[in-house]
Amino acid sequence: MIPALDANAQDLLRDLAPQVLGVLVRRYRDFAGCEDAVQEALIAAATQWPKGMPDNPKGWLITVATRRLTDQIRADTARRLREQLVVSLIPADEQIAMAADAAGVNERDETLDLYFMCCHPALSDASQIALTLRAVGGLTTAAIARAFFVPEATMAQRLTRAKQTIKSSGSTFPEFTDRQARLSAVLTVIYLIFSEGYTTSGGDSLYRADLSTEAIRVARLLSQLLPDEPEVDGLVALMLLTDARRAARTGPHGELIPLDEQLRSAWDRARIAEGREILQRALTRGAVGPYQVQATIAALHDEAPTLEDTDWEQIRELYELLIRLHDSPMTRLSHAIALAMVKGPAAGLVALDGLAADPHLATSHRLDAARAHLLERAGRHDEAIELYHRAAKRTTSTPERNYLLLHAARLNEHETGTR
Amino acid sequence: MKYMLMMNTPAGGQYQIASWPSADIKAHMAFMIGFAKKLGAAGELVGAEGLSSPDQAKLVRAGANGQPITDGIFPESKEFLAGYWIVDVDAPERAYAIAAEASAAPGPGGKPLNLPIEVRQVMTGPPPESTQ
Repeated sequence: MIPALDANAQDLLRDLAPQVLGVLVRRYRDFAGCEDAVQEALIAAATQWPKGMPDNPKGWLITVATRRLTDQIRADTARRLREQLVVSLIPADEQIAMAADAAGVNERDETLDLYFMCCHPALSDASQIALTLRAVGGLTTAAIARAFFVPEATMAQRLTRAKQTIKSSGSTFPEFTDRQARLSAVLTVIYLIFSEGYTTSGGDSLYRADLSTEAIRVARLLSQLLPDEPEVDGLVALMLLTDARRAARTGPHGELIPLDEQLRSAWDRARIAEGREILQRALTRGAVGPYQVQATIAALHDEAPTLEDTDWEQIRELYELLIRLHDSPMTRLSHAIALAMVKGPAAGLVALDGLAADPHLATSHRLDAARAHLLERAGRHDEAIELYHRAAKRTTSTPERNYLLLHAARLNEHETGTR
Repeated sequence: MKYMLMMNTPAGGQYQIASWPSADIKAHMAFMIGFAKKLGAAGELVGAEGLSSPDQAKLVRAGANGQPITDGIFPESKEFLAGYWIVDVDAPERAYAIAAEASAAPGPGGKPLNLPIEVRQVMTGPPPESTQ
């Protein structure tokens, strides 16, 4: 029997995996081949490290992975073309022996390149997410497949296709227009991963929660690489301040519990404190961006003792700022709800009317649900029930549909007095 | 052997969950979640999905050039597929028993809905090669 790696060594392996992959990809370009080689090195580490840790674990992994990669290239004569390419790409002094940690290469940039490559513009969102989890997060294909409720073979295929797409696009490291655009693409993917884990509670919710944890971990790594980018910390803070409410967010039957009905004592105070601290540090560095603004809004909710005692005026102003920084229909919808909390439901309903022409929102359940909520607050219960039902028919999320149906039924009982 | 259990619900019939009292909706949801959990724990559940409302359903056919031709929404349909389970069991009787349990999901007043569940065996791969 193979002795198992202890938890510390497992964490170390996962932290090192993207760094090692970054080094290899930078040297040899062939992402798919490098990725296979790193996976094999990780497996080798899992069997050999329990017998004795190497002095330089990262160097050990780079050496083993490089050996696997060159073995693979030598063995595979059908890939001669690639071999020639690889050899031509390796600086002459490295062709004989690989130094474990070749000096002169900026390791920080190598790991960063990996983040950017996973967000290659030629890839779909789903592929970017899968590749980021695999290459940066170091998750196994099986774990990613479980998190997305697809068979492992399907996820393996998706990853292979993604790597193929990068290869055929001609540039392993895409040329983004500028550094900010590159970073923005990476932050978007990390936030998508977080949302995948946070918004769905279908299937095995345990694995979904893992996705949120993974997104936070990956963002923290990125923050270490880019300590001067306040938006990265803004994203870390936003995720912590949102994730703090997780336990209070679903009921015993998996139904969604909205903010105003959540048991606030069940919120994770430690997460909130940490999120606030990170946010504070980010805000003092200037260059306020959308993630910092959203994190500030999340912090205001987290601090409020009740829904009514929330600083809605400040939240409304922050949504206004957010519309200026990063306009989207969903931001405007949130702004209308904050406006209703400040000036009453009638004002909010007028603001929502202005959004009905938006093609993204017109047929979305979100506009119906928001309008239903404001109609309910305005005492127009019959109209509210009708819209709650329409929203329930339009949503594709089971917990959300259950919530909308239940809420409409309760409102109906309240209305007819048949409780 | 695998079986697909399909829950077909009549349009406008007793399965109009939106018109139920909240307590009954809650009981129904709890039943469905518990049912899937139980099948999963027994190692019998292969997959289960609920389908979204048929309001936006489309019928699609390939046109002359292979491009999709969609036909609109069909409010006149008498019943629609609301969801399905795929179970892996040792005998058809077990699949029928599971289907009966699903059929007895609580409805208005907590009374069993007794919805018809269509049980179909899932085809398998090729038979093992004969070595005579």
